[in-house]
Amino acid sequence: MTAYFAILLTAILTGNFVLCKFLGICPFLGVSKKLNTALGMSAAVVFVMALATAVTYPINKYLLVKNDLEYLQTIVFILVIAALVQLVEIVLKKFMPPLYNALGIYLPLITTNCAVLGVVILNVDEGYFAQSMFNSVGAGLGFMLAMVIFSGVRSRLESCDVPKFLQGLPIVLIAASIVSLSFMGFTGLVEGLLGL
Amino acid sequence: MNPILLAVLIVSVIGILAAVGLTVASKVFAVPVDEKAEEIRACLPGANCGACGFSGCDGYAAALSKGETKETTLCAPGGQDVAQQIGEITGLAVGNMTPVAAVVLCQGHNDNAVIKLEYQGVQSCRMAAQIFGGPKECIYGCLGYGDCVAACDYEAIHLCNGIARVDPHLCRACRKCVKTCPKGLIEMLPLEGTEAAVLCKNHDKGAVTRKECKAGCIGCMKCVKACPEEAITIDRFCAHVDYEKCVGCGACHEQCPVSAINLITLAKHA
Repeated sequence: MTAYFAILLTAILTGNFVLCKFLGICPFLGVSKKLNTALGMSAAVVFVMALATAVTYPINKYLLVKNDLEYLQTIVFILVIAALVQLVEIVLKKFMPPLYNALGIYLPLITTNCAVLGVVILNVDEGYFAQSMFNSVGAGLGFMLAMVIFSGVRSRLESCDVPKFLQGLPIVLIAASIVSLSFMGFTGLVEGLLGL
Repeated sequence: MNPILLAVLIVSVIGILAAVGLTVASKVFAVPVDEKAEEIRACLPGANCGACGFSGCDGYAAALSKGETKETTLCAPGGQDVAQQIGEITGLAVGNMTPVAAVVLCQGHNDNAVIKLEYQGVQSCRMAAQIFGGPKECIYGCLGYGDCVAACDYEAIHLCNGIARVDPHLCRACRKCVKTCPKGLIEMLPLEGTEAAVLCKNHDKGAVTRKECKAGCIGCMKCVKACPEEAITIDRFCAHVDYEKCVGCGACHEQCPVSAINLITLAKHA
């Protein structure tokens, strides 16, 4: 049980996909302007990450590894993720049109969100099915945490008097780097907390 | 089996499975598209300003096509033309729109208003207003940090000697600035014809107002007595004109000792 908790904490805090592994920066910068769209986007990412792992893990284990076709991982995983994102898009359009409109172009962009592909590939490289699922859910939650924190930072930025040459994306990137730096403070937390 | 063939087979099978799944899903979760709403949406300006009272242009178009509203004249930026087009699509009666434009009811520019403190905080009216009602002695007046300028989608508002001024020819009457102004100084005036307007919202007593701003309404009642149409009323030491009754004769302007009441002609005569 401790191991699963450690995986979850690592994926959320010490090994945060956005702030420590620098994956999925595009939606991180693109959709973090408002809290509710940030939450909606992260929820979609959590869902897609979990689903993608659940589907790709058996494909990898029983189809690719058995036939010595590991080199197909990237293309097969992208195929699966793309199809899943399309499915999420169709379902969202039907049941949550406001969220669908708010996410706009960033929803199909989950397809090319390297965080999703990253978590899937890292999962099949090292781990068993249950661990993989925990890791992907944790990665999604970590993504959500980063998005929520950063949407707060950005709403503060809105009312700041920013020098002209830093206005817009430059100051956002600087803020992102500082938030990322603050996550380095979690180094060693999991080991210390759980006595590993 | 040939490993290349196997690889091709596996990828194709996964691709076909995904395609079939997506096709089924798109049929099961198909969303019916409201063609009438799309048509109405196409002729709306797309500013999503919310002046109509709905959540943007999509909301107004959907409400019209579903029959939730029968008002075709709610789109202020679109004006009469858009109302006409909506009427043609929906078959609803088209009412008449009185064209209006925003006006900032303050003359407290740098030469008129007295400054009480030096403000060095965030350059925003909303922020400045929280510190003793702003840096000007008059707590009712325009602060001149341009929250309305930022709110305007049409670049119709500019700062001019410390106060905001609206260009009526660029104003599309979306009322975003009206909602933004922390002092509630911006009002919509009829675009056609000439109206008298009190360019002051100061509700202090006359003697106090006099010390705060050279152009502040002191509530002396001279305009009330001068008006032949009885269009002017005084509310808490500040005059207000009923634009419905005003004929633009200018009698009030001649009487006003502080030039707070002015004749305004927004639309230039051709």
